[in-house]
Amino acid sequence: MSQQDRQARKRHRHGAPDQGGRWGRQAGEDGPALVFALAGNQNSGKTTLFNQLTGARQHVGNFPGVTVDQKVGSIRGLKNAQVVDLPGIYSIRPFSAEERLTRDFILTQRPDALINIVDATNIERNLYLTLQLLELRIPTVLALNMMDELHKNGGSVDVAEMSRQLGIPVVPISASRGEGIQELIAQAQRVARERLLPERLDFCGPGPVHRCIHAVSHVIEDHAEQHRIPSRFAATKLIEGEPALAARLGLDPNELELIEHSVVEMEGDSGMERNEALADMRYAFIQGLRASAVKKGDESRERRRSIAIDRVLTGKYTAIPIFLIVMLLIFWLTFNVIGAQLADWLAQGIDWLAGITDGALTAFQMNPVVHSLIIDGVFAGVGSVLSFLPLIVVLFFFLSVLEDTGYMARIAFVMDKALRRIGLSGRSIVPMLLGFGCTVPAILSTRTLSSRRDRHMTILLTPFMSCSAKIPIYALFAAAFFGGNSALVMLALYALGIAVGILTALVFKRTAFRGQSTPFIMELPNYRFPSLKSVAILLWEKARDFVQRAFTVIFLATLVIWFLQTFDLRLNPVADSGTSLLAGLGRLMTPLFAPLGFEDWRLTTSLISGLTAKEAVVSSLGVLMQVSMADLPQALQAMFTPLSASSYLVFVLLYTPCVASIAAMKKELESGWLTLAAVIGQCLLAWAAAWLVYMLGGLIL
Amino acid sequence: MTLDQLPLGRQAIITQVGGTGPLRLRLLDMGLIPRTELEVHKAAPMGDPIEITLRGYSLTLRLEDARSVEVAPL
Repeated sequence: MSQQDRQARKRHRHGAPDQGGRWGRQAGEDGPALVFALAGNQNSGKTTLFNQLTGARQHVGNFPGVTVDQKVGSIRGLKNAQVVDLPGIYSIRPFSAEERLTRDFILTQRPDALINIVDATNIERNLYLTLQLLELRIPTVLALNMMDELHKNGGSVDVAEMSRQLGIPVVPISASRGEGIQELIAQAQRVARERLLPERLDFCGPGPVHRCIHAVSHVIEDHAEQHRIPSRFAATKLIEGEPALAARLGLDPNELELIEHSVVEMEGDSGMERNEALADMRYAFIQGLRASAVKKGDESRERRRSIAIDRVLTGKYTAIPIFLIVMLLIFWLTFNVIGAQLADWLAQGIDWLAGITDGALTAFQMNPVVHSLIIDGVFAGVGSVLSFLPLIVVLFFFLSVLEDTGYMARIAFVMDKALRRIGLSGRSIVPMLLGFGCTVPAILSTRTLSSRRDRHMTILLTPFMSCSAKIPIYALFAAAFFGGNSALVMLALYALGIAVGILTALVFKRTAFRGQSTPFIMELPNYRFPSLKSVAILLWEKARDFVQRAFTVIFLATLVIWFLQTFDLRLNPVADSGTSLLAGLGRLMTPLFAPLGFEDWRLTTSLISGLTAKEAVVSSLGVLMQVSMADLPQALQAMFTPLSASSYLVFVLLYTPCVASIAAMKKELESGWLTLAAVIGQCLLAWAAAWLVYMLGGLIL
Repeated sequence: MTLDQLPLGRQAIITQVGGTGPLRLRLLDMGLIPRTELEVHKAAPMGDPIEITLRGYSLTLRLEDARSVEVAPL
């Protein structure tokens, strides 16, 4: 350990006062609360380890100075200790939101210790991140995962030697089997309590890179200390060329010139460009470590199995048909078999409960308005929202299996070329296809897309994929107006939705989402059996989250609609639905729809109530026109021409799907304003498309 | 030759990594640096992207990005 290092360690231990930014940290009976951060590559078993550490006690935390919400959980068997799950990343660059989040979290929140998970079967690339994490000068423990797999294939690791070379404790574990977890917790606790900083700072052998890093460290040391940024981290980032950091440190032109001079000298002496030189330095160290501490086994069983599976799943002629079959199967099981069955039972349960309550309220001679609030408002609202729940749970079961087995990465690989044309990458195909079933889980599933840009773009495009709740509307109108051609009309609507999606994507690609796309350079992990525990925790999380939302945003929205339906302008309960506030609102908006060829307040009103759920369009048409469902087609024929019916359908196809989808959008876009803009955009686009259909149709006919 | 032209199943060694900005850094971070051995394992059904193996793991990248990597077949 160098002199400088020892001093730094001392400073650290003796009372460098905590700066702001730490959250919820109180002293408990077992000493001050500890906060650990869990960092590692994607596919390193990070989520599995997080679940092992915390069990199901997880929540989403919100940290000052960090924009994205992160999952936090209390560590089992340890009082007052929390672990934060950082995103899976390969490097600490300022380019992607995930990488920025990791460094910002570590630098501003200063966790007590870092748990770095490393896949022992893929040690070279995993340690590359480790070396960068060590520059952040935080007490660190390395969790060497998948040791069982390595051993089974005849490999082994000299853990003591590895620990010595890295200067941090190394704990062999198997996250999926729960082995080594206790030891890991003990070590993490030890380095945190004793504030044991990584003992090694230099990973470069003597040479140009070493000289350069030291020269730059020397120049910036005071600035870095003043701004509480580890000077080694600042030095390498400045060498890699990060202007934002130079500005943040307040370096003067003279110092910048000195740095640039050192870097140019290093480039000249090493014959490598600056980033290449640093990457080379890190990988050279790792190769040395691997040679002395790791015995690699034979080509692993898992690897051979993956290659065999991939012969079919990513095979030239089999890949796409199998992908389509898998998707169809998931659809069929979710929307027709399991999910539909569960949704039916749930609906029956709610109806049964509503029936009993209805009877009780009648017997009790409850005030009719309150009665209506409970039955038509609460039960109808909660019921319509809860009917999504089984679909979401079942769909996410399949999705997490696809994700955890490694098949999702293959889908991205297989479908990438097709999606690249519209500025997306292969992974976006899954949310978009799910959109044909239900927009809500489709939007929620964008969480697995690795780049924020792709995620946002996919969220905005998914609602154009016509969801299954719109089918009854299409069916009603097709039967009423297009007789023998109804299948064709349905097909045309689906095609139009896709076309609008593609066009919007092309516009996005050239405007709001120009450039900035993270390169599609992605690992294909070996196929693995999904951990049932992880799947179960994910399902529980999604379900809980959705129910919470159902009882807040969505529930409120349905109550608002109920209120508008039930009262007139003077707040008297209405006898005739035509005099309600909602109808008044519909009347107010009717002129807006005149250019689209339908000018009837009942139609606009049905579109508004369609915001609660698309199924409500048909039922509210029936109610407002005071006809039975059987007579509805005939009643509609009196109000529409086939052309204006088409424009109505086009509007239904493209406008905002429903409150639940808005709530999902808000969650995943992480911005109320962006969500509002998206909703307005969808309505405007729907209006424009319907108008075009009406105008062009009028010209042709 | 560049990586996108390397025939399937042929071993090669990286001689130079080009590209700019995030692409270049991502390539370096994933371990594509000079003197690294690799092999093109397969191509996606539509011919693009490709799957390569290096440093004991599989990586996929697009042909246009692979063009930034100079390789010498072994």
